[in-house]
Amino acid sequence: MLVGVFAFCALFFAYRFAAGLGASTALNDGYPWGIWIAFDVVVGTALGCGGYAVALLVYILNKGTYHPLVRPALLTSALGYTMASIAIHFDVGRPWLLYRIPLFPAHWNFDSALFEVALCVMTYVAVLWLELSPAFMEKWSQGPAGFLKRTSEKAAPIVDKAMPWLIALGLLLPTMHQSSLGTVMLLTGQKLHPLWNTPLLPLLFLVSCLGMGYAVVVFESALSAGVLGRRRETPMLASLAGVMVPVLAIFTLVRFVDLGLRGRLGLLGTFDLYTGMFLLETVLFLAPAFMLLSQKARSDAGNLFRAAMVMILAGSVYRLDAYIVAFRPGSRFAYFPSFAELMVTLGVVALEVILYVVIVKYFPILSAPGAEAPARTARA
Amino acid sequence: MSAVDRRTVLKGVAATGAVAATGISLPAHGRVAKVAPPDAVGLLYDTTLCIGCKTCVVACREANDKKPDTRLSGGLWDMPSDLNGQTKNVIKLYKDPDSPERSYFKAQCLHCVDPACVGACMIGALQKREFGIVTYDSFFCSGCRYCQMVCPFEIPKFEWEKLAPKIVKCELCNHRLREGRQPGCTEVCPRHAVVYGKRTDLLAEAKRRIAESPKKYKGQKKGDPPKVYGETEGGGTQCLYLSHVPFEKLGLPDLSADPVPHVAQTVQHGIYQGFVAPVALYAVLGAVVFRNRKKQAATSGEPGNPTGGAE
Ligand code: SF4
Ligand code: SF4
Ligand code: SF4
Repeated sequence: MLVGVFAFCALFFAYRFAAGLGASTALNDGYPWGIWIAFDVVVGTALGCGGYAVALLVYILNKGTYHPLVRPALLTSALGYTMASIAIHFDVGRPWLLYRIPLFPAHWNFDSALFEVALCVMTYVAVLWLELSPAFMEKWSQGPAGFLKRTSEKAAPIVDKAMPWLIALGLLLPTMHQSSLGTVMLLTGQKLHPLWNTPLLPLLFLVSCLGMGYAVVVFESALSAGVLGRRRETPMLASLAGVMVPVLAIFTLVRFVDLGLRGRLGLLGTFDLYTGMFLLETVLFLAPAFMLLSQKARSDAGNLFRAAMVMILAGSVYRLDAYIVAFRPGSRFAYFPSFAELMVTLGVVALEVILYVVIVKYFPILSAPGAEAPARTARA
Repeated sequence: MSAVDRRTVLKGVAATGAVAATGISLPAHGRVAKVAPPDAVGLLYDTTLCIGCKTCVVACREANDKKPDTRLSGGLWDMPSDLNGQTKNVIKLYKDPDSPERSYFKAQCLHCVDPACVGACMIGALQKREFGIVTYDSFFCSGCRYCQMVCPFEIPKFEWEKLAPKIVKCELCNHRLREGRQPGCTEVCPRHAVVYGKRTDLLAEAKRRIAESPKKYKGQKKGDPPKVYGETEGGGTQCLYLSHVPFEKLGLPDLSADPVPHVAQTVQHGIYQGFVAPVALYAVLGAVVFRNRKKQAATSGEPGNPTGGAE
């Protein structure tokens, strides 16, 4: 079924390049960025922050309990970021020239937040696959003799040596570019609605990607329990959810305090699309916090799953708002994604799911040797 | 959690916080506003003189090898909807719905003193060059359209219908200036409603006109004192405007004297000043990861961590 969906969408991949951006998209000179940027890249990479969030817990906050979550989370991250990089090629008008960016360091514009995002994301994709490479090499080194086996056996110790620094890079890069995704919109100045436009955008984007990252891990673990019949990791996920409550609360608090300090709370008094979306975001961010408030609520697998879904929705709406809804180029322009745009996005998502299923099936991702709960249960 | 663990946690949190904090506190010295180069050139357009003949629109097409845009007129005559992928200059008509007030308005790149588009472009396809002119080089442009997102005047346009689309915007006819000629639009204007010159001269001339007949000219909003639009707006522009209707009605936004890229780049520079924060954060992260991994390997009884890496 998925493959069918993907095949259908792939027709629109071709259409995009055959017909050009004008014919295939609803983009225009007022709204030069649409869902390919706002959803595929800005939301997509935040959904790919599962690896970041879990690595932060396991390696920085030293909670070894979460170890079994690392590999699946890394895989979603690697796929999410890879798909976002592919989506970029659909969106930019002259994708073949993207490769001039790494080739001309003398021309790098360090003033540009977008440049920093581009460079970080390129590097991060490589880092993610390297972090994940032990999973592939384990499999290959047990396989038949040949190129793959030889390379795996040679490379594994090297990768293992480099791993702490790779992991650290895997923590640094998302911190940098996820916050920079906020700075990107800061440069649009007055065109971004004042409810969203704040110098704190980088911080808000960083916090929202952490929240979404955690939620994706919960979502994914529940799903793999359902589909692949794995044991549910509810107790582990429950304590993980405990981390989400303050994250969500801080996000909402920071936004309101910031609006208050800058005398913009009054904007919420006017009833329009923007106030509506802002309040919707607030509700979406607070709802999971309330749903996960008590230890008992957190231990309920169904409740946990629902809260994670709301959390993902909250972050996605926030990011779509900041990139499309709250962006106001003037009343002459309007934007609603075209059918082809939607199909390309769907196709990219379908491809991601297909790859996930295939990789999980053939490589030790969910059942890594380290996946049995470590002897020591860290208690916060 | 043991005392050691807690310290590790705090260290990690502090490092992350330090990065975030540099963003929050917005150091005032983070970014120096750019000023117009002494030889900056530009245009001065005066709505009181323009008769809407659109000779400049035709001249601009000829000067820049752009075909007439006949899409709206069914292929019959030049009728650009606005600035677009084949139009670098248009004359618009503003009509007040409730009064006889009307005005023409010439739209083209304002050649900002501190341009947002140049700050946005990842790899310098847009650059501020000789005489402060903001130029475009398609050799580097990947067509990301970030410049369109950030220009407060909606100037850069994109060739949406092409398969290898470029950004299109007025480059102040710098190819003609190099030959010692004037821009196309100013050369032909029969009323000298748009004139070319050094920015300092144009500014002085504009102020002279306001001083001569202060009643004739308007400010940003109805009732505001008359002003030269572009003297300070968004950090100043090299193309200046005088108008007999409030500027906001012509679609020129009310910008403070802060350069448009100021806030965003102050944040950006605050975080990445000399790459100190990222490098420091990386070192801390690396050290913490190294220690925690060792500890975890030891406690879970897996000497040397046989599963390798990010298990
Ligand atoms: S008006 Fe727009 S395109 Fe022209 S220099 Fe300023 S920011 Fe750039
Ligand atoms: S579209 Fe081209 S000129 Fe504009 S910011 Fe992107 S790379 Fe630069
Ligand atoms: S300076 Fe040249 S490109 Fe710019 S509006 Fe005038 S004629 Fe057109």
